[in-house]
Amino acid sequence: MRSDDPLLKIEGLRSGYGRIEALHGVSLEVRPGEVVALVGGNGAGKTTLLRAISGVQPVTAGGVRFSGTDLTRASAHARVKAGIAQVPEGRQIFSPLSIEDNLRLGAYLRKDAEIAADLERVYDLFPVLKERRRNPAGGLSGGQQQMLAIGRAMMSRPKLLLLDEPSMGLAPVLVDQVFAIIARLREEEAVTVFLVEQNAFAALSIADRGYVIETGEIAMTGSGRELLTDERVREAYLGV
Amino acid sequence: MPDFLQFCVSGLTVGAVYALVALGFTIIYNASDVVNFAQGEFVMIGGMTTVFITAAGVPLHFAIPAAILAAMVIGLLLHRLAIEPARGASAVTLIIITIGASIFLRGGAQIVFDKQFHSLPAFSGDTPVMIGGAAVLPQSFWVLGGAAVIVALLWFFFNRTLLGKAVLATAANRLAARLVGINTSFVVGFSFVLSAAIGAIAGILVAPITLTSYDIGALLALKGFAAAMLGGMGNPLGAIVGGLAVGLLEALGAGYISSTYKDAIAFIVILAVLFVLPGGFFGRASTERV
Repeated sequence: MRSDDPLLKIEGLRSGYGRIEALHGVSLEVRPGEVVALVGGNGAGKTTLLRAISGVQPVTAGGVRFSGTDLTRASAHARVKAGIAQVPEGRQIFSPLSIEDNLRLGAYLRKDAEIAADLERVYDLFPVLKERRRNPAGGLSGGQQQMLAIGRAMMSRPKLLLLDEPSMGLAPVLVDQVFAIIARLREEEAVTVFLVEQNAFAALSIADRGYVIETGEIAMTGSGRELLTDERVREAYLGV
Repeated sequence: MPDFLQFCVSGLTVGAVYALVALGFTIIYNASDVVNFAQGEFVMIGGMTTVFITAAGVPLHFAIPAAILAAMVIGLLLHRLAIEPARGASAVTLIIITIGASIFLRGGAQIVFDKQFHSLPAFSGDTPVMIGGAAVLPQSFWVLGGAAVIVALLWFFFNRTLLGKAVLATAANRLAARLVGINTSFVVGFSFVLSAAIGAIAGILVAPITLTSYDIGALLALKGFAAAMLGGMGNPLGAIVGGLAVGLLEALGAGYISSTYKDAIAFIVILAVLFVLPGGFFGRASTERV
């Protein structure tokens, strides 16, 4: 694979819930090392797209290629194995399990000897998780749960990290923290990031490139900076 | 006083069986939200298969693993052929499927085995041990000890192994489990196999005391379910406490009031408890999953 070949390539993806189609042929790509943001309003199809990429949402047409392999019909666990990890909307941590078990389960498919070392790295990144590692994860605050969900996803050593609304329901100071962590992960862990956000300003600020999705279709694309300064984007999503 | 002790011993023995059935309910319910009313049939399959294999001349210590294995295969088939194809169906539909499966298994057992009552020889003889004036059958120690070993192994499995934690993770959040790469369909199938093995072991251990026949499953499922509800559906500790409590209630009711009403007494007390504590002893406050 050449370095400018896309890591993730989605072509004409269609998906829906029952007879209601939520994605009407979405095409986009994420290249290695990039941070790409997908912004759009409520119900535009952002979460559906991420679910389809992770293989927990049936796809009716189109394809998902990852690292040059067709994953359109692959199981969710095969995609994790291939290197796709998702931090789902609303964290979705394993509340009754301990924080450490949550992280350990992030490495569920790994068989290598470096799991313990990676656990320490996550603890370095999020010291609060280490302090409380024996406690049930459900006792963490919203922001801490978001850290845990990110740490859990990183434990699979993903090539591509999918983040669904990481800022949702967090206080502004925590939103800044979460985005700082995403930027740090890209620097230190060399992970490619595909980020879905309603908080368009924060997402586009850290993104190399962005896509705007409207009612299940890609409406606009460009660099993060271009989209941030685009009149229509500013009006529709940035509220200025 | 010796009477009381005697009733307690027999209550705990049969209660240990209810506890194992309730644990089987709990494991499957947690992993899949399915209330498996075919759980009692695993107990029947364990006992009946052992009886018929030993009758064919196979020594008991080979017959027992074979019977457990047979129950595990049937548990797997139950999941693959009856539960998995109905994935996404409502809880009521799934319950009806398991009731259908239990009727099917009972009918099958009637054909494969027979309609007679059978017993297994006690593992360590029939000479009762006197404890504080109560005569305790050696087989009671097998039942209680076997149940204790199973509970200890389950504790180790769920707390110390990655697969066990994957089952707990699937129970806690199915979507997140799939997103970390857990094959949740395998986990649910595995929980059926595990529950089948536990049920079969219970059926084998208790067969020398209570006898076994093709149709013991239905009442055991009902008692085990009542025990799980009493303890708090989904809580393993609750299943054990609930099972022992139902067994004790039955034995004390039969001893002090009337053995004719022993089933009724147990159910009346359970109803009374659930009026006061709808979630059972260890139940969650909310009942959203029902």
